[in-house]
Amino acid sequence: MTIECPTPKHEEEVVLLGHGAGGRLTAELLDQLILPAVHGGTGPLEDAALLPGHPGLVMSTDNFVVSPLFFPGGDIGSLAVHGTVNDLAMRGAWPLALSVSLIVEEGLPLSELRSVMTSLGKAAQDVGVPVVTGDTKVVGRGAADRLFINTTGVGQRHELLCPSAALAHPGDAVLLSGPIGLHGTTVLSTREGLGFESDIASDTRPLHRLVRALVPFGADVHVLRDPTRGGLAAALNEIARDSSVAVEIEESAVRVPEAVASACDLLGLDPLVVANEGCLVAFVDAASAEGALTAMRSVAEGAAAVRIGEVLPDGPQGRVTLRTLVGARRIVDMPLGEQLPRIC
Amino acid sequence: MKYLDEYRDPVLARRLLDELRQTATRPWRIMEVCGGQTHTLVRQGIDELLPAGMRMIHGPGCPVCVTPLETLDRTMAIAARPGVILTSFGDMLRVPGTDTDLLSLRARGADVRVVYAPMDAVRLAAEHPDREVVFLAVGFETTAPANAMAVLHAARLGLTNFSMLVSHVLVPPAMTALLDDPDCEVQAFLAAGHVCAVMGWREYEPIAARHRVPIVVTGFEPLDLLEGILMAVRQLESGRFEVENQYVRAVRRVGNPAAQDTVRAVFRVTDRAWRGIGPLPDSGLELAEEYRRFDAARRFDVGGLCPVEDAECIAGAILTGAKLPTDCAAYGTRCTPRHPLGAPMVSSEGTCAAFHAAGRTPTRSTA
Ligand code: SF4
Repeated sequence: MTIECPTPKHEEEVVLLGHGAGGRLTAELLDQLILPAVHGGTGPLEDAALLPGHPGLVMSTDNFVVSPLFFPGGDIGSLAVHGTVNDLAMRGAWPLALSVSLIVEEGLPLSELRSVMTSLGKAAQDVGVPVVTGDTKVVGRGAADRLFINTTGVGQRHELLCPSAALAHPGDAVLLSGPIGLHGTTVLSTREGLGFESDIASDTRPLHRLVRALVPFGADVHVLRDPTRGGLAAALNEIARDSSVAVEIEESAVRVPEAVASACDLLGLDPLVVANEGCLVAFVDAASAEGALTAMRSVAEGAAAVRIGEVLPDGPQGRVTLRTLVGARRIVDMPLGEQLPRIC
Repeated sequence: MKYLDEYRDPVLARRLLDELRQTATRPWRIMEVCGGQTHTLVRQGIDELLPAGMRMIHGPGCPVCVTPLETLDRTMAIAARPGVILTSFGDMLRVPGTDTDLLSLRARGADVRVVYAPMDAVRLAAEHPDREVVFLAVGFETTAPANAMAVLHAARLGLTNFSMLVSHVLVPPAMTALLDDPDCEVQAFLAAGHVCAVMGWREYEPIAARHRVPIVVTGFEPLDLLEGILMAVRQLESGRFEVENQYVRAVRRVGNPAAQDTVRAVFRVTDRAWRGIGPLPDSGLELAEEYRRFDAARRFDVGGLCPVEDAECIAGAILTGAKLPTDCAAYGTRCTPRHPLGAPMVSSEGTCAAFHAAGRTPTRSTA
């Protein structure tokens, strides 16, 4: 490799890590390259797709490439089950069946693979979803980072629920089921040996029971989304964009555990853009908001549920704002790409 | 679970703002030197809630922003060499050099790694005796002790494959240079709490006295900043110009003498050019003679650098507080965090990036 002077600025003909981070770069890659190639339709990109011709069924697929494989609060095995179960749940579906595909790097100790698979099996059993098919490939050293897992799930929609990222209405209450930032900061702290591990654990868990608790509110549950990659900021921005509404949240209502706040301070990250694996945001008709909150709190996964904001009656479409602690208003932007730690 | 509420209490914040409104009788201009403080001010919108006419001037305290283009180009030339592992803090990876940035180099095959502490780079060097491990050491007084420790550690281990590109800068000379400028509008300073935790505030006393400007050592949480601003305004209103300490929970007048000793053992003060500002005498640190063997600039003979700043970027005016990001014609259009033209759009501590992240638009913040 040589660097010549001058060369064109910012030429970017290769994939960057940030293209996979769930922010604006990911959206660009999807819109400009991947979706056109597969003739993907237009419209909102949901966590799970309705199966054409089978109105009660939804399907979702996800790759898990987390490093390290084991982290406080979970591991790649349980995460692979929860991630797909949650994507199904965000379309109001109960999981029916899972497939599990493994790409294993040569040299991975069998004991580690066994631990991951045991954990995966246990997670599926706890959810009550059978693993019905799968695949295993082994690739040479260096061709994969130890272990990649793909899970695909099929789910059955609760009849009364039909949430979509495009259904947020002016006046909706925005509910959040728990504290944010735990998964992302746990994985980063573990990977980078930052020493926060004793204070912090991933929130990875299945959310299908929490969604079931919302069934009585039926069509009043307009949007469900689990803010994974890109965090709460990305999830709210996608909803605001897909529903063409303005969303406003109250900073003081969003619970950020102290260990998350400290880790974010050190890493220069905003808790709003850090990944979660065990909480959801729900946009619910104002009339049902209090009832929905009570229902969420009745389930362990939603015990810390709070109302964090609302869809403004009018306001710039697609925009997410935050009322800061001191009472000012600022825009919450779509995160760009990979989150990088900063200096001091 | 505990929450970090003590310094983020909305009720207390409103009380401080009310007190500020009652205290300020004139449109004072206060500069926060540190980029971390700029970040909090803009994120929280504190600068928009100040009494009418009063204004915060965002200072040059983003280490990423003031690292000279030449240093960046040199870093990238070294990173592109076979056998080199180039390490730095995350923010530096996105800063545009003349032609490219470290992230793009990494995507093309260079071994560029983010570290969280300079000691990690030393560890890498020990683990990879067949590779050259280079650490890009930027930052203010805050990060200097840890970087000095890393050099001492590498020396103790007898490592010959570890080196540093040192581009440390010092805050007090920059404050003095700003105040010496006849166009300077700054009437009081918030000094950076982290820097003073290391260095104390003795160096600031002659500056406050000579230029008759209040200096308040201030922390980084919303309430810290509100209180620091209030303390500065109280001094301004009563005609005092002292160094005061808002950040008592972390800072003593003498700072941390052990850390200062470590810095003095490894580095020496030198003249340094600041990106966007230009050369300032005695404003940087370089490796002392005894440790020159760890100087990456010496070890790698990089010729033919031709650093060229982007013609549109007004980073110099941004860094001295003379202009706001929203005054820049490229802001938010040709220059975004996705395609930064200049360093202030890169790090979250850069004023342009802080404005952009908070969604500031030209009409809103220049009004
Ligand atoms: S907006 Fe971009 S081009 Fe303008 S001053 Fe800031 S960094 Fe430079």
